[in-house]
Amino acid sequence: MREETPFRRFVSEFAASKVAVIGFVVVVIVALLALLAPLLAPQNPYDLAQLDIMDGRLAPGAKSLTGMVFWLGTDDQGRDMLSGIMYGLRISLSVGVGSAVIAGVVGSSLGLLAAYVGGWVETAIMRLVDLQLSFPAILVALMILAFLGKGVGNVMLALVIVEWARYARTARGAALVERRREYIEAAECLALPQWRVLFRHLLPNCMPPLIVIGTIQVARAITLEATLSFLGLGVPITEPSLGLLIANGYQYMLSGKYWISFYPGIALLVTIVAINLMGDQLRDVLNPRLQR
Amino acid sequence: MTTWLLRRLVQAVFVMLAMTVIVFVGVNVIGDPVEILISPDADQAERLRVIAAFGLDKPLWEQYLHFLGGVVQGDLGKSFVFNEPALRLIGGRFPATMELAFTAVALSVIVGIPLGLYAGLKPDGLLGRAIMAGSILGFSLPTFWVGLMLIMVFAVQLGWLPSTGRGTTAEFLGIQWSFLTRDGLAHMVMPATNLALGNIALVLRLTRAGVRENLGLEYVKFARAKGLSPSRVLFVHVMKNIMIPVVTVIGLEFGSVVAFAVVTESVFAWPGMGKLIIDSINVLDRPVIVAYLMMIVVLFVTINLLVDLMYTVLDPRVRLDGRE
Repeated sequence: MREETPFRRFVSEFAASKVAVIGFVVVVIVALLALLAPLLAPQNPYDLAQLDIMDGRLAPGAKSLTGMVFWLGTDDQGRDMLSGIMYGLRISLSVGVGSAVIAGVVGSSLGLLAAYVGGWVETAIMRLVDLQLSFPAILVALMILAFLGKGVGNVMLALVIVEWARYARTARGAALVERRREYIEAAECLALPQWRVLFRHLLPNCMPPLIVIGTIQVARAITLEATLSFLGLGVPITEPSLGLLIANGYQYMLSGKYWISFYPGIALLVTIVAINLMGDQLRDVLNPRLQR
Repeated sequence: MTTWLLRRLVQAVFVMLAMTVIVFVGVNVIGDPVEILISPDADQAERLRVIAAFGLDKPLWEQYLHFLGGVVQGDLGKSFVFNEPALRLIGGRFPATMELAFTAVALSVIVGIPLGLYAGLKPDGLLGRAIMAGSILGFSLPTFWVGLMLIMVFAVQLGWLPSTGRGTTAEFLGIQWSFLTRDGLAHMVMPATNLALGNIALVLRLTRAGVRENLGLEYVKFARAKGLSPSRVLFVHVMKNIMIPVVTVIGLEFGSVVAFAVVTESVFAWPGMGKLIIDSINVLDRPVIVAYLMMIVVLFVTINLLVDLMYTVLDPRVRLDGRE
């Protein structure tokens, strides 16, 4: 008989939903495809020596002049779409995960601070959160990119500014409950420094809802980045994310060459849906109100 | 009520002031104001003339007051591209966006509520579960990609619907509208559906949750016990209570519909202000960007105010002045 640890219980509860497990497996596969793209992709889509413009806009399944099969077709530059998607996933995932993590750190810290310190600090932070959340994400991101110009760094900054408020609101909500518990009182009685109470005692106990928000925010960030890149305001041409690949295919779609936009879109969709399915189950498992 | 309205109006003015500061800082501190006010191909003499004329050598707070003065008078500079006052340019595109946004909201109600009612009444049925699964797709699908796929299927493959533009418009109240002509309506089907998808899912889920919650409540049992027909209980008694959250959310979402029109308009080349703002950002036509942002802020503040007002009409239990 294995000893039941909180982690094992968490795993078995998560695995209770088959859909969520499928979501998790898909997310792992997508992440591996992105990570190992240089090893797995049939072609390096950025290496101009490997491209031949004569292979441009070939339909899925066509063969190149050198005999390579383009399973998902090629784009206007003669790039293999399958390789392009794997490399595009790298950009999309790193921008999405990266911005969600940074926003999570910034937002959660501010939310904890608001709950722990209270007073005018709390009022100021929460008013800012309210103001931020009353405007749609796409609008705020557009505004920031209009001021700063495009680029991977600026897109990430825009995503962080768009996302931090949700973490802050969630962290504050959780912290307001937790800070009245005895263990915080005990820590304060031990005269531990405030930052230690805040980050070593309060934060770990506020993690479950933050993890749920974080998962969903990664999916939101990937979608938003793709949208911005599609509009031509996101990542530069030299670092094509899935959104930019889709945008590149837009002009060829009217002539029936659907695959340049279609397959990157499917990759995007599968990634987002898989993350959301995982997030749904995480919410059910980690929600303290539903726990027995 | 009057006190509440006054307080809200004062609040709204403060939010707008805060936004002018953000836009001002964004344009003048983060961006380069010279680059914003002067077209890139101006020569050095022209640059110096404009810098002096716009007072860019003055302290920042004085510049801000000058900017604010312009905002109050509706003067936000001229577009470099169209050489027209930016605000008039945005105003000219405003009806096209509003037409699209209102159609999308109407669609989300017309489609979302019946689907939600059905899913709420038969949560375990095959169709009910299919509707819920479909609504997850409605949230997850990226708007722009759905738009592309709509074009691919209905315009390229089937050739049923036109893919770009507003089509033939007809004049009504001095403004051009698409919904008044057959051709215009055909042009509107795909963009409006595309823009509505997310909200259909949202309305559907809210309605379903509302039905499931309300059906178990005392007043429904009482209405049934009184011998009312099931359809009357559902459409009169339950519906009234479901509408409260639905109307609030639709009202609040109207702002995001207008914001997301940016994406839909770009995909379908719909000549509204969203398409204009993307084009303007791409060519750095910053007076237009500033005008768009200020317009959107006014729109949002107005929407929030209207939603709160509507709330009291729908739900008499809500007292705006805070008295019991």
